[in-house]
Amino acid sequence: FRLSSLIGHISTCPSLIGQCCQRHPGSVDEFQEELVIRPLHSGDIYASFQFRTLWDTDFLQEGQKVSHYRLFPKSLGQVLSKFSVRELHISFTQGFWRTMQWGQPFIPSPPGAELWVWFHDTVSDVDGNWKELTNVLSGIFCASLNFIDLTNTVQPSASFKPLGLGNATDHRFLRYATLPREIVCTENLTPWKKLLPCGSKAGLAVLLKSEKLFHSSFHSQAVHIRPVCQDEQCTSKAWELRQTLNVVFDLYTAGQGKKEWSLFKMFSRTLTEACPLATSSKVYVDITDNPELFELSPATPLLSQAVVLGDRRTYSVFDLTRAETFGQLRSLNLLLRWKGDGGEMLRPLLHAERYVAGFGLQTGEIHTVIYNNHPYRAFPVLLMDSVPWYLQLYIHTLTVTSKSRDNKPSYIHYQPAKDRHRPHLLEMLIQLPPHSMTEVTVQFERALLKWTEYTPDPNHGFYVGSSVVSALVPSMVAMNTNFTQDQPLFSSFVPVKEESSYFVRVYTEPLLVNLPTPDFSMPYNVICLTCTVVAVGYGSFYNLLTRTFQVDEPSLPLAKRLANLIRRIRGVPLLT
Amino acid sequence: MAAPLTLLLIVAVTIRAVLFRSSLAELISARVEVVSPLNAWKRVVEGLALLDLGVSPYSGDVFHETPLMIYLFHFTVDYAEIVFIVSAYFVDCLSCFLKPLDRAKMAINSNYLKSDLLFNFPGCCELISWFITIIVCLCFCKFHFLCTCKYTDVRLCHQIADGITALALYLSIQTYNKDVFRKQKYALESDRYSADCLELLRSPKEMFYIPLKVAMFYLLNPFTILSCVAKSTCGLNNAIIALFIFCTLKGSALLSGILLALATYQSIYPLTLFAPALLFFLQRLYIPVNLRRSSFWFFTLQYAFMYVGSLVVITGLSFFLLGSWDFIPSVYGFIFSVPDLTPNIGLFWYFFAEMFEHFRLFFSCVFQINVFFYTIPLSIKLKEHPVFLIFMQIAIISIFKSYPTVGDVALYMAFLPAWSHLYRFLRNIFLVSCVLLACSALFPVLWHLWIYAGSANSNFYYAITLLFNFGQILLVADYFYAYLRREHHLTHGLYLKKKDGTEATLVLK
Repeated sequence: FRLSSLIGHISTCPSLIGQCCQRHPGSVDEFQEELVIRPLHSGDIYASFQFRTLWDTDFLQEGQKVSHYRLFPKSLGQVLSKFSVRELHISFTQGFWRTMQWGQPFIPSPPGAELWVWFHDTVSDVDGNWKELTNVLSGIFCASLNFIDLTNTVQPSASFKPLGLGNATDHRFLRYATLPREIVCTENLTPWKKLLPCGSKAGLAVLLKSEKLFHSSFHSQAVHIRPVCQDEQCTSKAWELRQTLNVVFDLYTAGQGKKEWSLFKMFSRTLTEACPLATSSKVYVDITDNPELFELSPATPLLSQAVVLGDRRTYSVFDLTRAETFGQLRSLNLLLRWKGDGGEMLRPLLHAERYVAGFGLQTGEIHTVIYNNHPYRAFPVLLMDSVPWYLQLYIHTLTVTSKSRDNKPSYIHYQPAKDRHRPHLLEMLIQLPPHSMTEVTVQFERALLKWTEYTPDPNHGFYVGSSVVSALVPSMVAMNTNFTQDQPLFSSFVPVKEESSYFVRVYTEPLLVNLPTPDFSMPYNVICLTCTVVAVGYGSFYNLLTRTFQVDEPSLPLAKRLANLIRRIRGVPLLT
Repeated sequence: MAAPLTLLLIVAVTIRAVLFRSSLAELISARVEVVSPLNAWKRVVEGLALLDLGVSPYSGDVFHETPLMIYLFHFTVDYAEIVFIVSAYFVDCLSCFLKPLDRAKMAINSNYLKSDLLFNFPGCCELISWFITIIVCLCFCKFHFLCTCKYTDVRLCHQIADGITALALYLSIQTYNKDVFRKQKYALESDRYSADCLELLRSPKEMFYIPLKVAMFYLLNPFTILSCVAKSTCGLNNAIIALFIFCTLKGSALLSGILLALATYQSIYPLTLFAPALLFFLQRLYIPVNLRRSSFWFFTLQYAFMYVGSLVVITGLSFFLLGSWDFIPSVYGFIFSVPDLTPNIGLFWYFFAEMFEHFRLFFSCVFQINVFFYTIPLSIKLKEHPVFLIFMQIAIISIFKSYPTVGDVALYMAFLPAWSHLYRFLRNIFLVSCVLLACSALFPVLWHLWIYAGSANSNFYYAITLLFNFGQILLVADYFYAYLRREHHLTHGLYLKKKDGTEATLVLK
């Protein structure tokens, strides 16, 4: 593995680039890095790193052999070509994203590990490829992805569409799996950092110190690989590798109650340079709420506006490729100082939560509650649930109610589970009425498993992965038709299409469900006792079947028998 | 006899109707003792829901009924009213049509017993007229206890099934008793019984109420009532088996073969009832069980052909209904490999939950073989007494089957009044009845302690299932012993003497 990243380094040397690009004149790999810092209304701070590597090659074409790597990590490149992967998304998350307090994340992910892969449609044995791929990825990321097998893999029909080029719709080539119990720690971060062209030596990646990153409320790291267009005409394809890392720092515990933040306090490092291989290296700070909420220093004249998740935000931009960013100290240490309690946050338009209802270990009910906080727009959402086989769902008990009225889903895709082979998959398209709460309930029965199928701590319970709510949410920008302050009038009458709605994926909490357990200490006793009862049955039937009734003639006492023995020798009549 | 039976039916139907309407119905239908994964009504509804969604009910592991069953319910639920009217009308017509036909047959054919064995329907009219009575009763109930529930008519279905079972058992035992009495008379006339066993002989007076008691034991047995209120499809399977017994005892080989095939199709295990049915027909036709006689082989093959033929037709029909063979692994594979370890009253669940993985196959074979294993030795031992053999087989099935419920137990328990003359030879009936009663009471208690209160663990419930099965085994073995002993006494005399003239004790040697 080290060798491959080393090769990655070497291949970027200018002399080598000249050799390797003979076949593709003008093809250059690209690397960009970016950090977004957003102060949250709860007082926490959200830092989101994104590293984007573009790989200018199209190895899925016939006869194309890839043996040369520049910026793209070889370990991943080989995996992509070997398993004919069209798209790969993997995330490791520790903690749960609190949508109601923090708003929407830039890149959502469920707690634990999540992996979804679109295979190329030339793959004949998708399940075999998937099995091998998970094992290889398990090695690359030092994670328990090898626990992904057919019992927790599903093929969602609508919820996970490819994000890259090509409009594959045949979900036979899609595999989706989550491991909600996966614990993310340093050993997952180190291999993730090694995929970066600069490693953690230079650029934004120097901030990624595990002792700080894991001392946080939320930590999520992900790798997304997809094919993208190289240019506007889309004449050639390139592979995009996006490595993202999102982290939410808790102000009060880490800052000892002081509402003050700096890069140094967050990461115990300051920025001194950009990664030399990066074409762009920027730090964005969300200053939309500035100056009511906080104060940012050093101030920068560079501002950028963008519509992110349906909301127009303003950012201060620090370009690390320019020397003046670092000032005289040759280091950049951003400082945020809160000015008091944050105001009320606009509630996220879409929000979902989930819990298990019922008592006892026989049955239960899964409740998924989806909120539409939009004041007047209804919109449809796709709800996807993947439930392990040991919770037997009863689809006829499925109810969807919004505003205490039955809300029949317009599309239901249900694949029932097979014991020990396949989980349940339930996908529904539900129309959420404006400003409403929609409740989806379904009953299940808990199975008694074989004693070897329980986890080492069976009374802790079994995790059920998050349900996924995917939706095109009407944008807040479009909602605010009266918002004309910094917008020319001619542009604001009809909302622009791109801005009118945006795609959001919301993950609910994973569930922890208790199952009835056998007594693990007595397999021998059970085998012996049950076999005894069966043997009692066998014995009594055998007795009655093989023997016949006879008159009981008691045998003679021992003395008489001895006497008879002597009498027989003497030839005298025997005693009776 | 008609009046008490009608009264019994009305009482039984009323009890069930009241329970259906009470809040207990919900509780009962969730009890693991009453419903198993094979016959839970909740799973049938799930299967119907899957059909409605356009998903094959066998693609998942929730539904394990046979295809004919699900289409029956699909039809019943959707067209309940029509089914109800049509079936009543149909039955009406049939009885009108059959009655004169049957009488004519009887009149014309003096020795119809032999010639018309395959295609006669003696007793059918009787059954059908009773069937009409049930339907009338139920109509009465229906209008009295009208419910807005979608599955109201299915409740009727289950009630009808119970009624049919009881009636079929009633009529079978009536026939059987006549038969027994006739044979006893012949034996007495030919001096085959020993002189001092007069008190073992059965009198018509004592036998008069036995059919009614059998029906009562079935209809008023709490196990049957629970099973019916839980809408377990076990009641329907019992009805099929009871009808099979009825047709067998009435001597209709074709119907018996068809119904046996249907019962086998429903739950595989009634396969072992082939032997007693065959023995019964052979006895009825005075064909000796002799492997060298061609007449024996001729009839055996004839009956086997009817049985296998109808089995093939039924399975083929399910294939055409469903369009695939998915139901074979999902129904029969499920029965044999026992993948669902939900606790029940049987021996399998905890045993296989605690089983070491590499012995699983071996022990599932050993446990499954128990049901089939006793068929041949029992048939040899009881070849003169096929009806008792049927009882033994049903009892063994209900003890050793992989997903037993109390409904299965109720079926063989209904036969107990028919063996009331064995009472004096039973050795530990008091112990067994105490064990069975105590277990029945302890099942829900220990289940509650384990699953809801959390103060007990699985071993408690397991211990009770073990004891319950132990009790059942003792009960069946005891009746078997008593039956053999009575037969021994009939030929060897009741008061046996030793060589020295003192009173002897009988032992098995």
